[in-house]
Amino acid sequence: MVTAGIRIEGLRKRFGSGDTAVDALKDVNMVITPGEVVGLVGPSGSGKSTLLKCLGAVVEPSAGRMTIGDELIYDNRWVIKDLRALRRDKIGFIFQAPYLIPFLDVTDNVALLPMLAGLSNAMARKQALELLQALDVAHRARAMPSQLSGGEQQRVSIARALVNRPPVILADEPTAPLDGARALAVIRILNQMARQYEAAIIVVTHDEKIIPTFKRIYHIRDGKTHEEVGEGRDFE
Amino acid sequence: MISLAGRDILHSWGKFVFTGIGLGLLIGVTLTMAGVYRGMVDDAKVLLDNSAADLWVVQKDTLGPYAEPSSLYDDNWRGIRNIQGVASATNVTYLTMQVRHGESDVRVLVTGVVTGETGAPGWPPHLIAGRQITRGHYEAVADVATGFKLGDQIKIRRNVYAVVGLTRRMVSSSGDPMVFIPIKDAQQAQFLKDNDAILEQRRRTEQNPALNRPGLPEVLDAVIATQSANPFVNAVLVQVKPGYAHPEVAESIRRWKRLQVYDRLQMEEILVGKLIATSARQIGMFLVILAVVSAAIVAFIIYTLTMGKIREIAVLKLIGTRNRTIAGMILQQALGLGLIGFVVGKVSATFWAPVFPKYVLLEPGDAIRGFVAVVVICVLASAISIWAALKVDPAEAIGG
Repeated sequence: MVTAGIRIEGLRKRFGSGDTAVDALKDVNMVITPGEVVGLVGPSGSGKSTLLKCLGAVVEPSAGRMTIGDELIYDNRWVIKDLRALRRDKIGFIFQAPYLIPFLDVTDNVALLPMLAGLSNAMARKQALELLQALDVAHRARAMPSQLSGGEQQRVSIARALVNRPPVILADEPTAPLDGARALAVIRILNQMARQYEAAIIVVTHDEKIIPTFKRIYHIRDGKTHEEVGEGRDFE
Repeated sequence: MISLAGRDILHSWGKFVFTGIGLGLLIGVTLTMAGVYRGMVDDAKVLLDNSAADLWVVQKDTLGPYAEPSSLYDDNWRGIRNIQGVASATNVTYLTMQVRHGESDVRVLVTGVVTGETGAPGWPPHLIAGRQITRGHYEAVADVATGFKLGDQIKIRRNVYAVVGLTRRMVSSSGDPMVFIPIKDAQQAQFLKDNDAILEQRRRTEQNPALNRPGLPEVLDAVIATQSANPFVNAVLVQVKPGYAHPEVAESIRRWKRLQVYDRLQMEEILVGKLIATSARQIGMFLVILAVVSAAIVAFIIYTLTMGKIREIAVLKLIGTRNRTIAGMILQQALGLGLIGFVVGKVSATFWAPVFPKYVLLEPGDAIRGFVAVVVICVLASAISIWAALKVDPAEAIGG
């Protein structure tokens, strides 16, 4: 079996119990390889956010298996005990809005994660600057988030998601506030970063402009995933 | 690891500084209240220190001369001075009254001292200007807090006195500055009646057949003379000879003179434990209320600041920040606010304390206790914010 960035098998999530129980996820199966960017699309209430929260280890699924790299993290219960460390070291998050920490400058917003992981301030900032360089925002390294444009903020949030070299990145509608060109630029960056850092990236989106860029798309309907081959765009 | 609290404070320093100033003024008031209490205690001790007495002889069964009225004959001192172990015994009178000075009047403690015995108990121990009283009448030495100046003419009852000397920190237990005058004048000031009252008293005495007997006019004269004079003082201040135990000398005076005698510790207990006890409890209540108000303000401010960062806290938790890091951030901000408040409060209290009409004594020990209280209040006040922050679900950072 090829090692996946993230592998999800038969994932289920039930809210409540008895007559009022709601099955938000009924049978979710996904395999994303390192360096791959896949789309996760579906109508409102289909379970996208619940799936993202399960993958992000902030909501516990009811059943199924999840593996990140070679490490089984969920097998009908959390196998990993320290979910906070799991999120910090194995999963990167990109949000609809950048949600940068307003009282930290760009460098420290990105360097915070490696610092939390125990890296020295100097090393963490060095890593952060390398990523900011790669994402073409190094010239704003000392700026505060409020001084950045929307696109710059989103690139900084991508740098923050990547800085600990996580094998999985979860992007929750990262292009929603951006126009077409900027949205495509973000997807281009995600593809480049996925290849460069061998990360498996799941992009939850409604955005019709970017859906055609994915080579693989997971549709989620009534809590079940259906895989589909997308048009795909080569961002080489 | 960078200090998240420090960065947040630097980022929104204006909010922190202005909130800290507001809190600081409240802390300043709290420190001043403590200083007012300390000042009252110090005033009481200064009054005792400056009287230079080892024993206070007062009217039997009274807590005089400061806490209760006391009256004893002004010739008692002779007998007391002859008791073994007594080095000196001096009459003294105390009378709190309004003293006329120009167009205004000043509340003072008029103290009658025996003239011709400079340096005796009851006298002001040091002057900052002028000289001590040298004449038997109509001279005064005043504490500078009265606002009087050398050469000023002040009116006590019907007589006018020239201020010949100025002294400092000579105050009553309630903080009123002292004015020293010759004891004969002070005795007269205490019991002096107006002319109409004197005439009325003489008329009544003359109409009394027991006192106005035909052929014995000297009886009436003697009675009227007695009524016109004041042979009383409020206390006799006693200094004990070296080598004699104060309690033993006091016991001798009690036994032979049948008067009440207090030593220094007993007098301090009367002044601090009884005379200003109610004021102390009043100030204590103020301190408790101010502490509660300060705690409520810090709690409210920190809670508001924390609630304003809920999304950031959710993101921090989602990306793996430990609870103790988030709790530490909130706690440090609360302590930072408390520190700013304490510094502002201490500086404010130091600046405005001299302006207070009564003595405000800011003791370093109280400042340290105040700082500890501020730290404790900040820690307690941040607890609710920490609890709210730790309850934030990291899933809130993810939409849907």
